[in-house]
Amino acid sequence: MNWCEYPGYLIGSEVLQNYGCRMANGLWITFELVVLSVALGFALALGLAIARLYGPRWASLAIQGYTTFFRGTPLLCQLFLVYYGFGQFRLFWQDIGLWWFFREPFYCALFTFTINTAAYQAEILRGAIQSIPRGQFEGALALGLHRWATLRRVILPQAMILALRPLGNELIVMIKASAIASLVTLFDLMGATRLAFARSFDLSIYLYAALIYLVLTEIIRRVWDRIEIRLTRHMALR
Amino acid sequence: MFDKLALLGFGPGGWGWALLQGAANTISVALATLPFGLALGLIIALWKRSDSILLRSLATIYTTVFRGVPELLTLYIIYFGIQVLVQKVWSGFSIPPFVAGMVALGMVLAAFSSEVWVGALNSIQKGQREAAAALGLSKAQAFRLVVFPQLIRVALPGLGNNWMVLLKETSLISVITLQDIMFIATRANVVTKEPFLFFGTAMLLYFFFSLVSAWGIGKLEQRTNRGFAAFGGATR
Repeated sequence: MNWCEYPGYLIGSEVLQNYGCRMANGLWITFELVVLSVALGFALALGLAIARLYGPRWASLAIQGYTTFFRGTPLLCQLFLVYYGFGQFRLFWQDIGLWWFFREPFYCALFTFTINTAAYQAEILRGAIQSIPRGQFEGALALGLHRWATLRRVILPQAMILALRPLGNELIVMIKASAIASLVTLFDLMGATRLAFARSFDLSIYLYAALIYLVLTEIIRRVWDRIEIRLTRHMALR
Repeated sequence: MFDKLALLGFGPGGWGWALLQGAANTISVALATLPFGLALGLIIALWKRSDSILLRSLATIYTTVFRGVPELLTLYIIYFGIQVLVQKVWSGFSIPPFVAGMVALGMVLAAFSSEVWVGALNSIQKGQREAAAALGLSKAQAFRLVVFPQLIRVALPGLGNNWMVLLKETSLISVITLQDIMFIATRANVVTKEPFLFFGTAMLLYFFFSLVSAWGIGKLEQRTNRGFAAFGGATR
Protein backbone atom coordinates (compact mmCIF):
# COMPACT_ATOMS: atom_id res chain seq x y z
CA MET A 1 0.00 0.00 0.00
CA ASN A 2 1.23 3.46 -0.88
CA TRP A 3 1.56 6.10 1.80
CA CYS A 4 -1.16 8.18 0.17
CA GLU A 5 -3.70 5.41 0.62
CA TYR A 6 -3.26 5.32 4.39
CA PRO A 7 -5.42 8.32 5.37
CA GLY A 8 -8.44 6.82 3.62
CA TYR A 9 -7.65 3.40 5.04
CA LEU A 10 -7.32 4.75 8.57
CA ILE A 11 -10.62 6.59 8.61
CA GLY A 12 -12.29 3.76 6.73
CA SER A 13 -13.25 5.75 3.65
CA GLU A 14 -13.07 3.62 0.55
CA VAL A 15 -13.25 6.52 -1.90
CA LEU A 16 -10.49 8.44 -0.12
CA GLN A 17 -8.34 5.31 -0.10
CA ASN A 18 -8.92 4.71 -3.81
CA TYR A 19 -8.27 8.28 -4.87
CA GLY A 20 -5.84 9.30 -2.11
CA CYS A 21 -2.82 9.14 -4.40
CA ARG A 22 -4.50 11.18 -7.13
CA MET A 23 -5.48 13.77 -4.55
CA ALA A 24 -1.95 13.89 -3.14
CA ASN A 25 -0.67 14.50 -6.66
CA GLY A 26 -3.37 17.11 -7.12
CA LEU A 27 -2.36 18.83 -3.91
CA TRP A 28 1.19 19.05 -5.22
CA ILE A 29 -0.02 20.63 -8.49
CA THR A 30 -2.14 23.12 -6.54
CA PHE A 31 0.91 23.91 -4.42
CA GLU A 32 3.17 24.43 -7.44
CA LEU A 33 0.59 26.54 -9.21
CA VAL A 34 -0.02 28.83 -6.24
CA VAL A 35 3.59 29.22 -5.09
CA LEU A 36 4.89 29.91 -8.59
CA SER A 37 2.13 32.30 -9.60
CA VAL A 38 2.19 34.26 -6.34
CA ALA A 39 6.00 34.53 -6.40
CA LEU A 40 6.15 35.54 -10.08
CA GLY A 41 3.18 37.83 -9.53
CA PHE A 42 4.98 39.49 -6.65
CA ALA A 43 8.07 40.20 -8.72
CA LEU A 44 5.90 41.63 -11.49
CA ALA A 45 3.78 43.62 -9.05
CA LEU A 46 6.80 45.23 -7.42
CA GLY A 47 7.93 46.58 -10.78
CA LEU A 48 4.42 47.65 -11.68
CA ALA A 49 3.82 49.45 -8.39
CA ILE A 50 7.10 51.36 -8.66
CA ALA A 51 6.52 52.25 -12.30
CA ARG A 52 2.97 53.28 -11.47
CA LEU A 53 4.15 55.67 -8.76
CA TYR A 54 7.45 56.98 -10.11
CA GLY A 55 7.31 56.18 -13.82
CA PRO A 56 6.25 58.44 -16.68
CA ARG A 57 2.62 59.40 -17.01
CA TRP A 58 1.85 57.00 -19.85
CA ALA A 59 3.27 54.06 -17.90
CA SER A 60 1.30 55.06 -14.86
CA LEU A 61 -1.92 55.24 -16.88
CA ALA A 62 -1.26 51.94 -18.63
CA ILE A 63 -0.62 50.17 -15.33
CA GLN A 64 -3.72 51.70 -13.83
CA GLY A 65 -5.73 50.35 -16.77
CA TYR A 66 -4.14 46.92 -16.38
CA THR A 67 -4.90 46.64 -12.67
CA THR A 68 -8.44 47.94 -13.04
CA PHE A 69 -9.20 45.55 -15.88
CA PHE A 70 -7.81 42.41 -14.28
CA ARG A 71 -9.34 43.20 -10.91
CA GLY A 72 -12.68 43.94 -12.54
CA THR A 73 -13.13 40.68 -14.44
CA PRO A 74 -13.58 37.11 -13.15
CA LEU A 75 -10.50 34.90 -13.02
CA LEU A 76 -12.51 32.09 -14.62
CA CYS A 77 -13.16 34.28 -17.67
CA GLN A 78 -9.49 35.24 -17.90
CA LEU A 79 -8.45 31.60 -17.69
CA PHE A 80 -10.86 30.55 -20.45
CA LEU A 81 -9.72 33.43 -22.61
CA VAL A 82 -6.10 32.32 -22.29
CA TYR A 83 -6.67 28.57 -22.51
CA TYR A 84 -9.29 28.48 -25.27
CA GLY A 85 -8.88 31.93 -26.79
CA PHE A 86 -5.11 31.99 -27.16
CA GLY A 87 -5.23 28.45 -28.56
CA GLN A 88 -7.14 29.89 -31.50
CA PHE A 89 -3.95 31.62 -32.69
CA ARG A 90 -1.99 28.40 -32.79
CA LEU A 91 -0.15 29.26 -36.01
CA PHE A 92 1.01 32.55 -34.57
CA TRP A 93 2.34 30.91 -31.39
CA GLN A 94 4.04 28.23 -33.47
CA ASP A 95 5.68 30.94 -35.57
CA ILE A 96 7.16 32.69 -32.58
CA GLY A 97 7.93 29.40 -30.84
CA LEU A 98 5.61 29.77 -27.87
CA TRP A 99 3.09 27.09 -28.72
CA TRP A 100 4.57 24.65 -26.19
CA PHE A 101 3.61 27.17 -23.54
CA PHE A 102 0.01 27.94 -24.49
CA ARG A 103 -0.70 24.30 -25.35
CA GLU A 104 -0.33 23.14 -21.77
CA PRO A 105 -3.20 23.77 -19.35
CA PHE A 106 -0.70 24.06 -16.51
CA TYR A 107 1.22 26.89 -18.17
CA CYS A 108 -2.01 28.60 -19.20
CA ALA A 109 -3.24 28.50 -15.60
CA LEU A 110 0.14 29.65 -14.32
CA PHE A 111 0.21 32.52 -16.81
CA THR A 112 -3.36 33.63 -16.02
CA PHE A 113 -2.94 33.38 -12.25
CA THR A 114 0.33 35.29 -12.42
CA ILE A 115 -1.04 38.26 -14.32
CA ASN A 116 -4.18 38.22 -12.19
CA THR A 117 -2.42 38.17 -8.84
CA ALA A 118 0.15 40.70 -10.11
CA ALA A 119 -2.70 43.17 -10.62
CA TYR A 120 -3.96 42.69 -7.07
CA GLN A 121 -0.50 42.70 -5.52
CA ALA A 122 0.49 45.82 -7.46
CA GLU A 123 -2.45 47.65 -5.89
CA ILE A 124 -1.49 46.35 -2.42
CA LEU A 125 2.11 47.49 -2.85
CA ARG A 126 1.11 50.84 -4.31
CA GLY A 127 -1.11 51.48 -1.30
CA ALA A 128 1.64 50.45 1.09
CA ILE A 129 4.27 52.62 -0.58
CA GLN A 130 1.91 55.58 -0.72
CA SER A 131 1.17 55.39 2.98
CA ILE A 132 4.82 55.87 3.90
CA PRO A 133 5.09 59.48 5.11
CA ARG A 134 6.70 61.88 2.68
CA GLY A 135 9.27 62.89 5.31
CA GLN A 136 10.94 59.49 4.96
CA PHE A 137 11.72 60.28 1.34
CA GLU A 138 12.88 63.78 2.06
CA GLY A 139 15.00 62.64 5.00
CA ALA A 140 16.75 60.04 2.85
CA LEU A 141 17.36 62.61 0.09
CA ALA A 142 18.74 65.05 2.64
CA LEU A 143 21.17 62.35 3.75
CA GLY A 144 22.38 62.20 0.17
CA LEU A 145 20.86 58.85 -0.78
CA HIS A 146 20.18 58.22 -4.43
CA ARG A 147 16.54 57.77 -5.46
CA TRP A 148 16.91 54.02 -5.98
CA ALA A 149 18.80 53.62 -2.74
CA THR A 150 16.08 55.55 -0.94
CA LEU A 151 13.43 53.30 -2.39
CA ARG A 152 15.30 50.09 -1.71
CA ARG A 153 16.69 50.83 1.74
CA VAL A 154 14.20 53.23 3.28
CA ILE A 155 10.79 53.10 1.63
CA LEU A 156 10.33 49.46 0.60
CA PRO A 157 11.32 47.86 3.92
CA GLN A 158 8.70 49.96 5.68
CA ALA A 159 6.12 49.46 2.95
CA MET A 160 6.58 45.67 3.02
CA ILE A 161 5.55 45.53 6.66
CA LEU A 162 2.35 47.40 5.82
CA ALA A 163 1.77 45.15 2.83
CA LEU A 164 2.37 41.94 4.75
CA ARG A 165 -1.19 41.30 5.89
CA PRO A 166 -2.95 42.03 2.59
CA LEU A 167 -0.31 39.96 0.77
CA GLY A 168 -1.07 37.04 3.08
CA ASN A 169 -4.75 37.44 2.28
CA GLU A 170 -3.93 37.44 -1.41
CA LEU A 171 -2.00 34.18 -0.98
CA ILE A 172 -5.05 32.58 0.63
CA VAL A 173 -7.32 33.98 -2.08
CA MET A 174 -5.04 32.42 -4.71
CA ILE A 175 -5.09 29.01 -3.02
CA LYS A 176 -8.86 29.07 -3.16
CA ALA A 177 -8.98 30.51 -6.67
CA SER A 178 -6.58 27.85 -7.94
CA ALA A 179 -9.49 25.39 -7.71
CA ILE A 180 -10.84 26.76 -10.99
CA ALA A 181 -7.75 25.42 -12.77
CA SER A 182 -9.61 22.10 -12.61
CA LEU A 183 -12.03 23.52 -15.20
CA VAL A 184 -9.33 23.54 -17.89
CA THR A 185 -8.61 19.80 -17.52
CA LEU A 186 -5.89 20.30 -14.92
CA PHE A 187 -5.81 17.66 -12.18
CA ASP A 188 -5.03 19.84 -9.22
CA LEU A 189 -6.59 18.98 -5.85
CA MET A 190 -10.01 20.11 -7.08
CA GLY A 191 -9.57 18.31 -10.41
CA ALA A 192 -8.65 15.04 -8.69
CA THR A 193 -11.65 15.44 -6.41
CA ARG A 194 -13.98 16.05 -9.34
CA LEU A 195 -12.65 12.95 -11.01
CA ALA A 196 -13.12 10.90 -7.85
CA PHE A 197 -16.72 12.12 -7.55
CA ALA A 198 -17.52 11.54 -11.20
CA ARG A 199 -16.36 7.92 -10.89
CA SER A 200 -17.63 7.05 -7.43
CA PHE A 201 -20.66 9.34 -6.92
CA ASP A 202 -19.58 9.51 -3.31
CA LEU A 203 -20.25 13.02 -2.08
CA SER A 204 -18.00 12.62 0.96
CA ILE A 205 -14.93 13.10 -1.24
CA TYR A 206 -15.91 16.76 -1.68
CA LEU A 207 -16.03 17.13 2.09
CA TYR A 208 -12.55 15.63 2.45
CA ALA A 209 -11.27 18.02 -0.21
CA ALA A 210 -12.91 20.93 1.64
CA LEU A 211 -11.15 19.79 4.80
CA ILE A 212 -7.77 19.70 3.02
CA TYR A 213 -8.24 23.21 1.63
CA LEU A 214 -9.38 24.41 5.02
CA VAL A 215 -6.34 22.98 6.80
CA LEU A 216 -4.10 24.46 4.11
CA THR A 217 -5.53 27.98 4.42
CA GLU A 218 -5.57 27.80 8.23
CA ILE A 219 -1.90 26.77 8.34
CA ILE A 220 -0.94 29.63 6.06
CA ARG A 221 -3.00 32.10 8.06
CA ARG A 222 -1.32 31.06 11.30
CA VAL A 223 2.18 30.97 9.83
CA TRP A 224 1.57 34.41 8.38
CA ASP A 225 0.47 35.73 11.78
CA ARG A 226 3.72 34.41 13.24
CA ILE A 227 5.78 36.03 10.49
CA GLU A 228 4.03 39.32 11.08
CA ILE A 229 4.66 39.23 14.82
CA ARG A 230 8.30 38.40 14.21
CA LEU A 231 8.84 41.12 11.60
CA THR A 232 7.13 43.84 13.61
CA ARG A 233 8.73 43.05 16.97
CA HIS A 234 10.80 46.24 16.81
CA MET A 235 7.68 48.36 16.57
CA ALA A 236 5.91 49.91 19.52
CA LEU A 237 2.69 48.56 21.00
CA ARG A 238 3.05 45.01 19.79
CA MET B 1 -12.41 40.38 -38.95
CA PHE B 2 -15.72 42.26 -39.30
CA ASP B 3 -17.66 39.24 -40.50
CA LYS B 4 -16.86 37.67 -37.14
CA LEU B 5 -18.42 40.60 -35.33
CA ALA B 6 -21.75 39.58 -36.85
CA LEU B 7 -21.62 36.66 -34.43
CA LEU B 8 -22.13 39.17 -31.65
CA GLY B 9 -25.06 40.80 -33.46
CA PHE B 10 -28.77 40.36 -32.92
CA GLY B 11 -29.55 38.96 -36.36
CA PRO B 12 -29.88 35.28 -37.28
CA GLY B 13 -26.78 33.37 -36.16
CA GLY B 14 -25.86 36.22 -33.86
CA TRP B 15 -25.34 35.64 -30.16
CA GLY B 16 -26.32 39.15 -29.07
CA TRP B 17 -29.64 38.28 -27.46
CA ALA B 18 -28.24 35.17 -25.79
CA LEU B 19 -25.39 37.19 -24.29
CA LEU B 20 -27.79 39.87 -23.06
CA GLN B 21 -29.96 37.18 -21.51
CA GLY B 22 -26.83 35.76 -19.88
CA ALA B 23 -25.92 39.20 -18.56
CA ALA B 24 -29.42 39.54 -17.11
CA ASN B 25 -29.03 36.17 -15.38
CA THR B 26 -25.62 37.14 -13.99
CA ILE B 27 -27.03 40.34 -12.55
CA SER B 28 -30.15 38.70 -11.15
CA VAL B 29 -28.28 35.94 -9.36
CA ALA B 30 -25.87 38.50 -7.89
CA LEU B 31 -28.72 40.78 -6.79
CA ALA B 32 -30.67 37.85 -5.33
CA THR B 33 -27.63 36.67 -3.36
CA LEU B 34 -26.79 40.09 -1.94
CA PRO B 35 -29.62 40.61 0.62
CA PHE B 36 -29.46 36.98 1.74
CA GLY B 37 -25.70 37.04 2.23
CA LEU B 38 -25.60 40.44 3.90
CA ALA B 39 -28.43 39.61 6.32
CA LEU B 40 -26.85 36.30 7.28
CA GLY B 41 -23.51 38.08 7.63
CA LEU B 42 -25.04 40.63 10.01
CA ILE B 43 -26.55 37.84 12.14
CA ILE B 44 -23.17 36.12 12.29
CA ALA B 45 -21.50 39.40 13.21
CA LEU B 46 -23.98 39.83 16.09
CA TRP B 47 -23.25 36.26 17.20
CA LYS B 48 -19.54 37.05 17.21
CA ARG B 49 -20.15 39.85 19.67
CA SER B 50 -22.71 38.00 21.78
CA ASP B 51 -22.17 37.05 25.44
CA SER B 52 -22.84 33.39 24.78
CA ILE B 53 -19.67 31.42 24.18
CA LEU B 54 -21.65 28.90 22.14
CA LEU B 55 -22.84 31.51 19.64
CA ARG B 56 -19.38 33.07 19.50
CA SER B 57 -17.68 29.79 18.67
CA LEU B 58 -20.38 28.84 16.15
CA ALA B 59 -19.83 32.14 14.37
CA THR B 60 -16.05 31.68 14.40
CA ILE B 61 -16.31 28.16 13.00
CA TYR B 62 -18.70 29.38 10.31
CA THR B 63 -16.41 32.15 9.09
CA THR B 64 -13.30 29.98 9.27
CA VAL B 65 -14.92 27.25 7.17
CA PHE B 66 -16.51 29.42 4.51
CA ARG B 67 -13.53 31.72 4.16
CA GLY B 68 -11.11 28.80 3.90
CA VAL B 69 -12.83 26.57 1.36
CA PRO B 70 -12.75 27.44 -2.36
CA GLU B 71 -16.03 28.90 -3.61
CA LEU B 72 -16.14 26.36 -6.41
CA LEU B 73 -16.00 23.52 -3.89
CA THR B 74 -18.68 25.12 -1.71
CA LEU B 75 -20.83 25.42 -4.80
CA TYR B 76 -20.42 21.74 -5.67
CA ILE B 77 -21.08 20.63 -2.09
CA ILE B 78 -24.26 22.69 -1.84
CA TYR B 79 -25.47 21.74 -5.31
CA PHE B 80 -24.86 17.99 -5.10
CA GLY B 81 -25.36 17.84 -1.32
CA ILE B 82 -28.84 19.35 -1.28
CA GLN B 83 -29.75 17.25 -4.29
CA VAL B 84 -28.66 13.99 -2.65
CA LEU B 85 -30.27 14.84 0.68
CA VAL B 86 -33.65 15.79 -0.77
CA GLN B 87 -33.66 12.90 -3.23
CA LYS B 88 -33.73 10.55 -0.25
CA VAL B 89 -37.30 11.65 0.46
CA TRP B 90 -38.33 12.85 -3.03
CA SER B 91 -36.54 11.01 -5.79
CA GLY B 92 -37.55 13.26 -8.67
CA PHE B 93 -36.02 16.35 -7.11
CA SER B 94 -33.39 18.47 -8.80
CA ILE B 95 -32.28 21.81 -7.44
CA PRO B 96 -32.30 24.76 -9.86
CA PRO B 97 -28.73 26.03 -10.39
CA PHE B 98 -29.95 29.55 -9.62
CA VAL B 99 -30.99 28.53 -6.11
CA ALA B 100 -27.89 26.40 -5.47
CA GLY B 101 -25.64 29.26 -6.63
CA MET B 102 -27.54 31.77 -4.55
CA VAL B 103 -27.29 29.64 -1.40
CA ALA B 104 -23.60 28.76 -1.88
CA LEU B 105 -22.37 32.25 -2.78
CA GLY B 106 -24.69 33.75 -0.16
CA MET B 107 -23.11 31.64 2.55
CA VAL B 108 -19.62 32.63 1.42
CA LEU B 109 -20.69 36.28 1.23
CA ALA B 110 -22.09 35.99 4.76
CA ALA B 111 -18.72 34.81 6.05
CA PHE B 112 -16.82 37.67 4.41
CA SER B 113 -19.37 40.39 5.11
CA SER B 114 -19.63 39.38 8.77
CA GLU B 115 -16.05 40.65 9.19
CA VAL B 116 -17.09 43.98 7.71
CA TRP B 117 -20.16 44.14 9.95
CA VAL B 118 -18.08 43.34 13.06
CA GLY B 119 -15.67 46.16 12.22
CA ALA B 120 -18.56 48.56 11.72
CA LEU B 121 -20.30 47.43 14.93
CA ASN B 122 -17.09 48.03 16.85
CA SER B 123 -16.95 51.58 15.56
CA ILE B 124 -20.30 52.47 17.16
CA GLN B 125 -19.55 53.83 20.59
CA LYS B 126 -21.00 52.22 23.67
CA GLY B 127 -22.57 55.54 24.66
CA GLN B 128 -25.00 55.26 21.73
CA ARG B 129 -26.54 52.09 23.14
CA GLU B 130 -26.50 53.47 26.68
CA ALA B 131 -28.23 56.65 25.58
CA ALA B 132 -30.81 54.60 23.69
CA ALA B 133 -31.40 52.50 26.82
CA ALA B 134 -31.71 55.69 28.89
CA LEU B 135 -34.39 56.90 26.49
CA GLY B 136 -36.32 53.71 27.22
CA LEU B 137 -35.66 51.92 23.93
CA SER B 138 -35.57 48.15 24.03
CA LYS B 139 -32.45 46.38 22.84
CA ALA B 140 -34.05 45.54 19.50
CA GLN B 141 -35.32 49.10 19.06
CA ALA B 142 -31.90 50.51 19.91
CA PHE B 143 -30.34 48.33 17.24
CA ARG B 144 -32.94 49.12 14.60
CA LEU B 145 -33.30 52.86 15.22
CA VAL B 146 -29.92 53.95 16.57
CA VAL B 147 -27.14 51.50 15.74
CA PHE B 148 -28.12 50.18 12.32
CA PRO B 149 -28.50 53.54 10.51
CA GLN B 150 -25.00 54.49 11.65
CA LEU B 151 -23.67 51.09 10.73
CA ILE B 152 -24.39 51.44 7.04
CA ARG B 153 -22.12 54.44 6.58
CA VAL B 154 -19.12 52.73 8.15
CA ALA B 155 -19.73 49.34 6.56
CA LEU B 156 -20.42 50.57 3.04
CA PRO B 157 -16.85 50.57 1.63
CA GLY B 158 -16.28 47.02 2.88
CA LEU B 159 -19.66 45.81 1.68
CA GLY B 160 -18.99 47.45 -1.67
CA ASN B 161 -15.87 45.31 -1.94
CA ASN B 162 -17.91 42.23 -1.05
CA TRP B 163 -20.32 43.07 -3.86
CA MET B 164 -17.53 43.37 -6.43
CA VAL B 165 -16.14 39.99 -5.37
CA LEU B 166 -19.62 38.46 -5.50
CA LEU B 167 -20.27 39.81 -8.98
CA LYS B 168 -17.15 38.09 -10.29
CA GLU B 169 -17.80 34.89 -8.37
CA THR B 170 -21.19 34.43 -10.03
CA SER B 171 -19.22 33.30 -13.10
CA LEU B 172 -18.56 30.04 -11.20
CA ILE B 173 -22.27 29.18 -11.19
CA SER B 174 -21.98 28.55 -14.93
CA VAL B 175 -20.29 25.22 -14.12
CA ILE B 176 -23.53 23.96 -12.60
CA THR B 177 -25.35 25.13 -15.77
CA LEU B 178 -26.80 28.48 -14.72
CA GLN B 179 -27.15 30.26 -18.06
CA ASP B 180 -25.10 33.33 -17.16
CA ILE B 181 -22.57 35.24 -19.29
CA MET B 182 -19.88 32.57 -18.87
CA PHE B 183 -22.26 29.76 -19.76
CA ILE B 184 -23.45 31.47 -22.95
CA ALA B 185 -19.87 32.33 -23.94
CA THR B 186 -18.83 28.70 -23.44
CA ARG B 187 -21.75 27.45 -25.50
CA ALA B 188 -21.13 30.01 -28.24
CA ASN B 189 -17.51 28.86 -28.32
CA VAL B 190 -18.57 25.23 -28.78
CA VAL B 191 -20.88 26.18 -31.66
CA THR B 192 -18.79 28.78 -33.48
CA LYS B 193 -15.19 27.88 -32.52
CA GLU B 194 -14.45 31.53 -31.80
CA PRO B 195 -13.27 31.39 -28.17
CA PHE B 196 -11.27 34.61 -28.24
CA LEU B 197 -14.20 36.64 -29.51
CA PHE B 198 -16.72 35.26 -27.03
CA PHE B 199 -14.61 35.07 -23.89
CA GLY B 200 -13.26 38.51 -24.74
CA THR B 201 -16.81 39.82 -25.01
CA ALA B 202 -17.74 38.12 -21.74
CA MET B 203 -14.74 39.77 -20.12
CA LEU B 204 -15.82 43.19 -21.39
CA LEU B 205 -19.36 42.63 -20.09
CA TYR B 206 -18.05 41.78 -16.61
CA PHE B 207 -15.69 44.73 -16.77
CA PHE B 208 -18.58 47.02 -17.67
CA PHE B 209 -20.60 45.77 -14.68
CA SER B 210 -17.59 46.25 -12.40
CA LEU B 211 -17.11 49.83 -13.56
CA VAL B 212 -20.80 50.61 -13.13
CA SER B 213 -20.72 49.04 -9.65
CA ALA B 214 -17.65 51.00 -8.62
CA TRP B 215 -19.33 54.19 -9.78
CA GLY B 216 -22.57 53.34 -8.01
CA ILE B 217 -20.82 52.43 -4.76
CA GLY B 218 -18.88 55.69 -4.91
CA LYS B 219 -22.14 57.61 -5.27
CA LEU B 220 -23.71 55.70 -2.38
CA GLU B 221 -20.70 56.41 -0.19
CA GLN B 222 -20.91 60.08 -1.03
CA ARG B 223 -24.56 60.06 -0.08
CA THR B 224 -24.11 58.25 3.22
CA ASN B 225 -21.20 60.53 4.10
CA ARG B 226 -23.06 63.77 3.50
CA GLY B 227 -22.87 65.82 6.64
CA PHE B 228 -19.45 64.44 7.53
CA ALA B 229 -16.96 67.19 6.77
CA ALA B 230 -13.98 64.85 6.64
CA PHE B 231 -15.55 63.00 3.73
CA GLY B 232 -16.26 66.04 1.65
CA GLY B 233 -19.82 66.38 2.88
CA ALA B 234 -19.50 69.95 4.11
CA THR B 235 -17.84 71.30 0.99
CA ARG B 236 -20.45 70.02 -1.41
